[in-house]
Amino acid sequence: MDIKVIIESLSPIERKLIPLLSGEPVSVDELANEDLDKTTILRAAEFLKKKDLAETEEKEEEIVDLGILGVHYRKNHLPERALLIALHDKKELAIKDIKKATGLNDNEAKVALGTLKKKALVDLKQGNLVLNAKSDEVSKKFVEELFLESLPRELSSLAPEEKFALENLKKRKDLVEVLQTKEIAVKLTKNGLEIQKEKLDVDLIEQLTPQMLKSNGFKNKKFRRYDLTAGVPRIYGGKRHFVNQAVDHAKSIWLEMGFKEMSGDLVDSGFWVFDSLFTAQDHPVREMQDTFYLKDIKAKLPEKKIVEGVKKSHEGGVDGSKGWSQEWKEEDAKKTLLRPHTTCLSSRALMEIGKNLKENVPAKYFALGRCFRNETVDWSHGFEFNQTEGIVIDENANFRQLLGYLTQFFKKMGYDKIRIRPAYFAYTEPSLEIDVFHPVHKKWLELGGAGMFRPEVTIPMFGRHIPVLAWGPGFDRIIMDYFKITDLRNMYKNDINQLREMKFWRKD
Amino acid sequence: MTILSMNRKALEKAIGKVDEAMEKSITDMGTPIEYVNDEEVAVEVFPNRPDLLSLQNFARAVNQYRGKGKLANFNVKSSGEKLIVDKSLPKEWPYAIACIIKGVKFDDERIKEVIDIQEKLGMGILRKRKKGGIGLYPLEKIEFPIKFVGKKPEDIKFKPLEFPRVINGRQILGQHPTGRDYAHICQDWDVFPIFVDNAGTIMSMPPIINSHDVGKIDETTKDIFLEATGTNLHALKKAFNIIAISLAAMGGQIYSIDCKQQDGKVISAPDLSGEKMDFKVEDINKMLGVDFSEKKVKEYLSRMGIGVESTGDDPKGPKCKAIVPAYRTDILHWVDLAEEVAIAHGYDNFEPILPEISTIAEEDPKSKSKKVISNVLAGLGLLEVNSFHINTKKDVKKIHYGLTDFIELEDSKTGRDVLRVDLLTNMMQILYENSDASYPHKIFEVGRVFSKDTSQEAGVIENEKLSVVLSDEKVNFTDLKQILDYLFKMLEVEYEIKDGSHVGFIDGRCGEVVVNGKSIGYIGEVNPRVLKNWKIKMPAVALEIDLEGLI
Repeated sequence: MDIKVIIESLSPIERKLIPLLSGEPVSVDELANEDLDKTTILRAAEFLKKKDLAETEEKEEEIVDLGILGVHYRKNHLPERALLIALHDKKELAIKDIKKATGLNDNEAKVALGTLKKKALVDLKQGNLVLNAKSDEVSKKFVEELFLESLPRELSSLAPEEKFALENLKKRKDLVEVLQTKEIAVKLTKNGLEIQKEKLDVDLIEQLTPQMLKSNGFKNKKFRRYDLTAGVPRIYGGKRHFVNQAVDHAKSIWLEMGFKEMSGDLVDSGFWVFDSLFTAQDHPVREMQDTFYLKDIKAKLPEKKIVEGVKKSHEGGVDGSKGWSQEWKEEDAKKTLLRPHTTCLSSRALMEIGKNLKENVPAKYFALGRCFRNETVDWSHGFEFNQTEGIVIDENANFRQLLGYLTQFFKKMGYDKIRIRPAYFAYTEPSLEIDVFHPVHKKWLELGGAGMFRPEVTIPMFGRHIPVLAWGPGFDRIIMDYFKITDLRNMYKNDINQLREMKFWRKD
Repeated sequence: MTILSMNRKALEKAIGKVDEAMEKSITDMGTPIEYVNDEEVAVEVFPNRPDLLSLQNFARAVNQYRGKGKLANFNVKSSGEKLIVDKSLPKEWPYAIACIIKGVKFDDERIKEVIDIQEKLGMGILRKRKKGGIGLYPLEKIEFPIKFVGKKPEDIKFKPLEFPRVINGRQILGQHPTGRDYAHICQDWDVFPIFVDNAGTIMSMPPIINSHDVGKIDETTKDIFLEATGTNLHALKKAFNIIAISLAAMGGQIYSIDCKQQDGKVISAPDLSGEKMDFKVEDINKMLGVDFSEKKVKEYLSRMGIGVESTGDDPKGPKCKAIVPAYRTDILHWVDLAEEVAIAHGYDNFEPILPEISTIAEEDPKSKSKKVISNVLAGLGLLEVNSFHINTKKDVKKIHYGLTDFIELEDSKTGRDVLRVDLLTNMMQILYENSDASYPHKIFEVGRVFSKDTSQEAGVIENEKLSVVLSDEKVNFTDLKQILDYLFKMLEVEYEIKDGSHVGFIDGRCGEVVVNGKSIGYIGEVNPRVLKNWKIKMPAVALEIDLEGLI
């Protein structure tokens, strides 16, 4: 133990407390004084404990204290004392005059009489009460009175005659009560006792002030040492929502790979969401139960050339394709809905690119945004979710390049190992499903689909087929995995406590 | 998601032991394994492959894929029987085709299998029977020729499957469980379609239900009359072909029937000859980024059950014709053949490459500016929140009590029925839900709100908004104006605040935020009426401004 260092690290309240302590435990109640209240003593004791200078003991105690009547009688007199005084004055009292002479009520008078008789201090002679004691006996305090005056007391500290008095008093209503309390006592350790012997009121600087700086008041003085390991109260900073942090990160990955961001409305038409993506008009995904259609709002369709091209794709006849062999209706294309995927942004981008193929191809685009699905919410289903999506438009794009981009993208997302398998999407061919290997959980995570846009998708926009690689992994699973969220409902719960505690997105 | 579960023993008899290698083959073929246990093997079948929806068909595909099966070749004999499709039919249900299949060995398991595939085709390719329906009958109970005719529902009287008595066509829609399930398809038609045999017996009322007397197959059934009817002949034929070959795979011999359609054309059903499709090997190679020989491509396609004919040498490289089996519904274009080749090669066996093309990355300028605004506010110690774009009318009305012109959602399953009109509503909800978190609450959100606008393509205009809300025991206008003031300074935006009036704020403590002479939103102390509506126990100040001009 370096006594000097310890003394320098004592805070003012510790320095005040140490002289009051000893090797024996002293209760905080006893230690408390005008200068040091109980809370401060407890805090100081905690500091001393950390320095191994003091120990605290918790004692469960039963305390005997005055009841409501007890307080009253201690101020005035016990009924038996009141009667004894009255009798001492008058020597003799008729039973019926007791109340008048003492001011006691019925019950008190009865108790007073009974008690004095038991103590053999009075006699009854022909209906009169007669004193049967000498003056010195009369002036001597009863054991009950002495006991009441000594309260509060610890039950365990009572002498046998005091215990007897307590039993008598307990029979009388509201004179005394026994309370269960917890008492904290502090004592010095061996080190503490040694420190106590030292001079504690060394001149240490507690807080550097502007005045000290000005007057050089800090020179040749020491600063009180802090306990640097002590805990501190929590604070919380402002921050971006964790989902948005993750979104920004994913965007930076796309940007690093040379992709241009697409953005667009959350409400779009059946035309862009489904028809332009060669989704048959009677395909189950277009049914109301899966999709958020808007009531009574109809969209305008794009220019006729595009609409005609899409119609032809569906009905059959684009580049030898059989299409869906059924009539295509504008009505379904004009329905408006909250987008169920971000791929509608891609098909809109294709239309824009198609306006000047020579200038615009090759191109790489990405989107990342909110999508919607009409679904009952539970831990694994949300009606709003994030999707990210990329397309590469290039005359020479091919399937192996698609695998190349996917490998690169997921590597940057933190997944070194990916696995692909065949899949089906209406608008891509070949289509595939991507699983990534979770490096911690050691299992495969399904992250979404990819493929090459079908000629039925590209030709209406480009006028001819140019290969387009496309992939649209779900993004919320990655976010949930990183932030260890197991219930999707917590993603947009906006629980302020959760947001304050949530770590920052930091993925390399 | 369609799951095909198969008896493991029966499957292993057809394809061999289901071990790890077999499981990999099955997955690589494009039918991911759902589960394997001692009794069953279950796989997911994608909607483009209804032809895999029975054990026999699945087994044929697996064997072909593993190079152990031949291309399917179906021997169809002629039955000489006729089906007449009558002009009295409802215009909504004009087509019918039929055939006979003899010598099927039925047992309990197989009957279940047939019903299962019939049901799955009805749900999938026939779109919950909206495009068509399929029916099977014991051949011995009916007499040719058979007519498909339209009749008034009240005049159609027969005992439907598993029903105790004879009822009419209209009653079937109301009383029979299957009738109730599919009533929506035909309830508005003037006449309902029925099959009637030569003896005048009503065999069924498509697409709803068969007759209990002549339209029920059981273990004693050997020979079957199979029909498909509906609105889309293309889909019908595909579904019909698939179920016909499934029955053939159970040991049946297919006999065609001449089906005379309303326009007089005779369709000899089923037509199981493959469809021809032109393709070039070089196109497939370019698409996949490989250099497969014609022989290789041929071998791969045959492993997917597709035959190939060469059409002779072309100066630009070999041009081929694929023979696509009649049961495949998903080969629409040569790109579909390319996928077949890729699957046969094995997705795992493609080596990823990155192309050498140069493109310039670019972030959406709006999303960049939004990020800046959020960062400024986070720097002031505010917490960004992220809330849903859809609300309930009831919650919106807690601020906008007079609002009626909502953008409503159809049949929302979420309990939320309108697009949000502001961010403030969600901010109030967040305050309400976080009364147990220690104060002050300092939150903001950047997000879109919606309003009707017929000039927009989708009839809705979406505006990017910013809302900031502070709530604490002592919080006032100045606290929030300081934040707005700092934000605009950082963005170099000149603004002024004019006296404003907004239902959400206290009169006299509500300012209109004006930038370039245009009002962009409000800032003020939240009206206690609103706080009470939300059961919020602390005062709050809030602002909501349009970012469209600022980002």
